[in-house]
Amino acid sequence: MSYHNPPTTPRKSATFDEYAMSEIRRAAATGIYDIRGSGAKRKVPHFDDLLFLGASISRYPLEGYREKCDTTVVLGTRFAKKPIELKIPITVAGMSFGSLSGPAKEALGRGATLSGTSTTTGDGGMTEEERGHSKQLVYQYLPSRYGMNPRDLRRADAIEIVVGQGAKPGGGGMLLGQKISDRVAEMRTLPKGIDQRSACRHPDWTGPDDLEIKILEIREITDWEKPIYVKVGGARPYYDTALAVKAGADVVVLDGMQGGTAATQEVFIEHVGQPTLACIRPAVKALQDLGMHRKVQLIVSGGIRNGADVAKALALGADAVSVGTAALIALGDNDPRWEEEYQKLGTTAGAYDDWHEGKDPAGITTQDVELMKRVDPIAAGRRLANYLKVMTLEAQTIARACGKNHLHNLEPEDLCALSIEAAAMAGVPLAGTSWVPGKGPF
Amino acid sequence: MHSTNLATAPLHQANYAPKTFDLSKITLREFNQALHNVKDAAGESNWEVLNPKGSHAVAVGAEHAISIDVQGSVGYYCGGMNQNSTITVHGSAGPGVGENMMSGTIVVKGDASQYAGATGRGGLLVIEGNASSRCGISMKGINIVVRGNIGHMSAFMAQSGNLVVLGDAGDALGDSIYEARLFVRGSVKSLGADCIKKEMRPEHIAILKDLLDRAGITDVKPEEFSRYGSARTLYNFNIDNADAY
Repeated sequence: MSYHNPPTTPRKSATFDEYAMSEIRRAAATGIYDIRGSGAKRKVPHFDDLLFLGASISRYPLEGYREKCDTTVVLGTRFAKKPIELKIPITVAGMSFGSLSGPAKEALGRGATLSGTSTTTGDGGMTEEERGHSKQLVYQYLPSRYGMNPRDLRRADAIEIVVGQGAKPGGGGMLLGQKISDRVAEMRTLPKGIDQRSACRHPDWTGPDDLEIKILEIREITDWEKPIYVKVGGARPYYDTALAVKAGADVVVLDGMQGGTAATQEVFIEHVGQPTLACIRPAVKALQDLGMHRKVQLIVSGGIRNGADVAKALALGADAVSVGTAALIALGDNDPRWEEEYQKLGTTAGAYDDWHEGKDPAGITTQDVELMKRVDPIAAGRRLANYLKVMTLEAQTIARACGKNHLHNLEPEDLCALSIEAAAMAGVPLAGTSWVPGKGPF
Repeated sequence: MHSTNLATAPLHQANYAPKTFDLSKITLREFNQALHNVKDAAGESNWEVLNPKGSHAVAVGAEHAISIDVQGSVGYYCGGMNQNSTITVHGSAGPGVGENMMSGTIVVKGDASQYAGATGRGGLLVIEGNASSRCGISMKGINIVVRGNIGHMSAFMAQSGNLVVLGDAGDALGDSIYEARLFVRGSVKSLGADCIKKEMRPEHIAILKDLLDRAGITDVKPEEFSRYGSARTLYNFNIDNADAY
């Protein structure tokens, strides 16, 4: 009788998983890092790890269909002569013409305007489509200064000085040559077809003391009319927020690592910066420590998907949120209707992120004239407006259930966390306990 | 500086135009507002700014062809985003003089600090002394003429326009340069990534002669300069060039 050695079940490494191995093979074959669009895809503690407590004996709810729950927000009340008033606390984040097609930018403007909110330019200057269709347009002031000019500064409704973004705090941009059409090239003062690199630092200021003078210059050029935002990636939210306030910002825009980008290195997106959830409380604490909470407004972005996310961000102390990736999905990005074409590109609907290649079947992240015809700016704008409306209604539903007659009245005490990590990051108790882990100085 | 509510300064009348503005008596806000209130340069005589004392953002956002003489040295961003006006600084200028200027002329009689003419799109910036580091950084069409020397990392990522230097250039001139033309009469300490010395052809001599004439420089000849520009090897990413970054 021979001894039979029973086989073990084949076991794949948790460390060298399918994705890690495919990336090693890709790197070995090409000798270049992977570039892609969108934000962090890894699982990180997020708003799903928080729950609202709702009303009970100690809190009275508001009647869903009868009692008003206000959603307005005013941005830029600190210094600007003309602050922006939005009907909803959800704005559309900066995304460039060049990275996005003209029709997609127009759709964002239309959708935002229908919803009573603002949209934002990007690293490529202001287009006529965008200005024409956006009642309230925030003009980004970026390190590259592509397309920057005083006329556009003056016809903007607010100015956003971009120091960094959540997908790549400390990184610049890259628009590969295939997306540099004649029009994009002209707006960026570059030859057609070459890779366009955006610097990671501003060319004419370094540090918070310089930023204060830069803000003074922009205010002087625009006669102190425009709200000036400062956008930072989720790197050191307490200090970045404090320094932005010190430099004279009206509004701080804080973008966590799930915030999208048009294109950068995968390793950057997944390994640099903090999750959105981890950024909000330190930023709010900085504002509170300076006595500036609600005086300098805080806009939070990076992974906002629904009204619950909106309500949670506001409950943690934000004044508004901003959506980018979600807005593109509302326009039609990664829609299963294009599955066959996604397959031809070696991907699948929901996973397509090679936005820099300009082959987007949905016609959104492209400069291909045929593909961009797939975006009907009126219909897509309507979809965005619908989506923003649903998010607002959802956030109101939650706020009423917590007894709040304005979304801004939501507070951390309305929340609990499902995990220790989320409890520590959000500074709210772990569900079923009174334990807030990690309390202490930032 | 933000604690003072300059935004409500009482200056709303059009063509508020006393010809002399003393910054020891009026605020920067009042002066810049007066500049922005000008809707037509016709009939405007020369403006004079006294006691700038290193103020930042002097004469920013001008739109019309006014001639402004600043009697003294200025801080950051003098003449920022200038259009059409001619600004002469009778002193030295802090960082970012003429940043993002669109047109017009800015002349600095003394030296200029970092980032002179940064991202400028048009017009002429003349620095009669030396310019510090990053002169012409990310320039996008501006013409810059420096009578003295320029510091390190000048013309970094310079996209378009001309930078003329009568003296020497510091380290890493024209790093990651695109299509801007660099003319240096003296020595270049080192060239940045993808920046090379190029042939001076007749058309370049003509461009240079015109710029020297416009800058009022008559004591040097265009033939004394060398031209530098992009080798264009980094225009599209190639892994074999990774060591250059």
